[in-house]
Amino acid sequence: MLKQLRSSLVLLAALTLLTGIVYPIVVTVIAQVVFPHQANGSILHVGDKIVGSALIGQPFSNPKYFWGRPSATTPISYNAAASSGSNYGPLNPALKKAAESRIAMLRKYPTPNSPVPVDLVTASASGLDPHTSLAAAEYQVPRVATARKMSEEAVRELVVRYAEGRQFGLMGEPRVNVLRLNLALDQFHAVK
Amino acid sequence: MTTSSLVQIALYLGALLVCVKPLGLYMARAYSGHVPYFGRVVEPLERLLYRLGGIDQKAEMSWRKYATALLTFSFVGFLAVYGLQRLQGMLPLNPEGLLAVSPDSSFNTAVSFTTNTNWQGYSGENTMSYLTQMLGLAVQNFVSAAAGMAVLVALIRGFIRRQSATIGNFWVDLVRGILYVLLPLSLILAVVLVSQGVVQTFSRYQQVSLLEPTVDATEKTVTTQQIAEGPAASQIAIKQLGTNGGGFFNVNSAHPFENPTPLSDFLEMLAILLIPAALCCTFGEMVGDRRQGWVVLAAMFFVFIVMLGVSCISEQQHNPTLASLGVDQTPSPLQSGGNMEGKEVRFGIVNSSIWSVATTAASNGSVNSMHDSFMPLGGLVAMWLMQLGEVIFGGVGSGLYGMIVFAIVGVFIAGLMVGRTPEYLGKKIGAYEMKMAALVILLPCAMVLLGTACAVSVQAGREGMLNPGPHGFTEVLYALSSTSNNNGSAFAGLGVNTPFYNGLLGLAMLVGRFCVMIPTLAIAGSLASKNSVPVGPGTLPTHSPLFVVLLIAVIVVVGALSFFPALALGPIVEYLTLLSR
Repeated sequence: MLKQLRSSLVLLAALTLLTGIVYPIVVTVIAQVVFPHQANGSILHVGDKIVGSALIGQPFSNPKYFWGRPSATTPISYNAAASSGSNYGPLNPALKKAAESRIAMLRKYPTPNSPVPVDLVTASASGLDPHTSLAAAEYQVPRVATARKMSEEAVRELVVRYAEGRQFGLMGEPRVNVLRLNLALDQFHAVK
Repeated sequence: MTTSSLVQIALYLGALLVCVKPLGLYMARAYSGHVPYFGRVVEPLERLLYRLGGIDQKAEMSWRKYATALLTFSFVGFLAVYGLQRLQGMLPLNPEGLLAVSPDSSFNTAVSFTTNTNWQGYSGENTMSYLTQMLGLAVQNFVSAAAGMAVLVALIRGFIRRQSATIGNFWVDLVRGILYVLLPLSLILAVVLVSQGVVQTFSRYQQVSLLEPTVDATEKTVTTQQIAEGPAASQIAIKQLGTNGGGFFNVNSAHPFENPTPLSDFLEMLAILLIPAALCCTFGEMVGDRRQGWVVLAAMFFVFIVMLGVSCISEQQHNPTLASLGVDQTPSPLQSGGNMEGKEVRFGIVNSSIWSVATTAASNGSVNSMHDSFMPLGGLVAMWLMQLGEVIFGGVGSGLYGMIVFAIVGVFIAGLMVGRTPEYLGKKIGAYEMKMAALVILLPCAMVLLGTACAVSVQAGREGMLNPGPHGFTEVLYALSSTSNNNGSAFAGLGVNTPFYNGLLGLAMLVGRFCVMIPTLAIAGSLASKNSVPVGPGTLPTHSPLFVVLLIAVIVVVGALSFFPALALGPIVEYLTLLSR
């Protein structure tokens, strides 16, 4: 019994060194050398200013920007230090209320007459989803175009340029990165 | 289902099947200590570990000694994880200055990670220091997985050996599982994940300025976003491969830093089922009849595919509540449609469904979408797969030894029908094996049902529910099903970081791990001591399609009879309510 206790202690210590220290350090070194951009959070720069991460969404409510998914994080939405979903069940009255208020917000501005795409009224799993569906982007084109006094075609062209298809044409779903699209919109104006 | 969904499902299952045989045969060699090429690199390290631990590589253990070694090792691991959490405030590698974790939460988490459950009552990014994650949690990801695989190998030896008093050496099985299987696979997967955008750094959390300032709950203007990072990739690789499932961040693999692209998602899903599926082939190879392994794998695959179909169809459905508000939930080339609450756009419906079925079929428990927000039948599928005892793939090692116990029950029932003494793989199944098998199957069932009954009858248990009505009951039933079967996934709305739930669910995890492992080792010891009997005219062939059907029937009947009444009170009544809307 005592011998087993000794073997347990020594083996746990040795395996901790191997799997808890050596292994993550080896991975970190490889990651920092080969993929430094990805390993440090895929940070986006405009000039030398850090403007966000390509993988982490940001909150938008101004009509001149595309809006992302509703986010259930607290105390602010898109809180990247405390990821969270809403966890509302499909029959929870709070789910309906949240969708209603979101639809009301969207309809304050010029919108198409078609039904609202579902990902635009439902909270993402992480609260940080950087994407919306292409349907959700298309739904917002009239609002953004009006607010920026741009033609719908010009806005739509940017959406198409920033749209990402399925990976290798097979995996995942088509989508558009909201932060990148909005940065491009701001640049579009800066250039003009 | 859309064509794209079917293509993605086929791609996933195809990739899994391709990997099963090479990895399975490799693991069979690894556990016998004969690995060509790679073995020459690892062997010196292996011998060093034995020398340090005062372990005689050749010494064999009886099942009792094997079990005490396992228990001692698990207990020491528990103390280490508990201690690290309580002391993290004074220890290094804590750039955010996180304080000591409360005693009840520390207990729960320490049990959770040493039992390979990885139930998380806490939120990763603002509870655990980098040091705790690395030295405590990530280490247990490796060793608890290797311990499960060791018990499986010991059980297989019970079938191979004749009139033997021993079933192998726990230390050797533990070390080989880590050095030859888990560590090399994790290293490869971790690096590939980083290439997709999974973070791996020891720096502080990043501060970035928001493009558009926003207001917080108190109407104060916020202009910056703080982004949590950390050495995530190394931990995510092993949490997927070792069927652990404990996320680096609060929302697990739904977090864009844990699972940034469809490819990372595909690889992480593949890693969930990779080792459990390949072990079926290892099993067939080690018992000297590969067909025995394929039969078990076929039974697992069949149940898996049926459940996956139900889940996909259910999640693709329209939520009538949202439909009444004029929301477009129809799939098109521009959107995946369906029930998108608690799901990420890059994964859509199909990848969220595949993940939820894979993670609950295997006892992984990681998520890429919020199961609490699934449609009633989608949530039911996930919960029922856990309630079946985590044998459809199941945990690494633990899934297959659970499945073998079901096979023993299967031959016993078949034996009763024809009036013959049951045999499995050449060993007669006696009263002792049957008693132990009954314990393996019944104790976790009892823990689920009694634990749920207890939680919903006291105030402390009911207070945790987030959703009203039957969905709240489902949250509790799901939590007990998950912990009692060492899965670790959650209907995350349930507030579980309370002394009541930390204690109750901690107990459930201990029952689910050790009340299954110890009887399994007892079966191994008893079988090893028997002589093998030649195949006779009365022997039920266990490599035939008929046996696949029998095995599935036993699992489904036990699972359905035990849990139907409880399911009727939760997801089934919720489904009927939804239908009436």
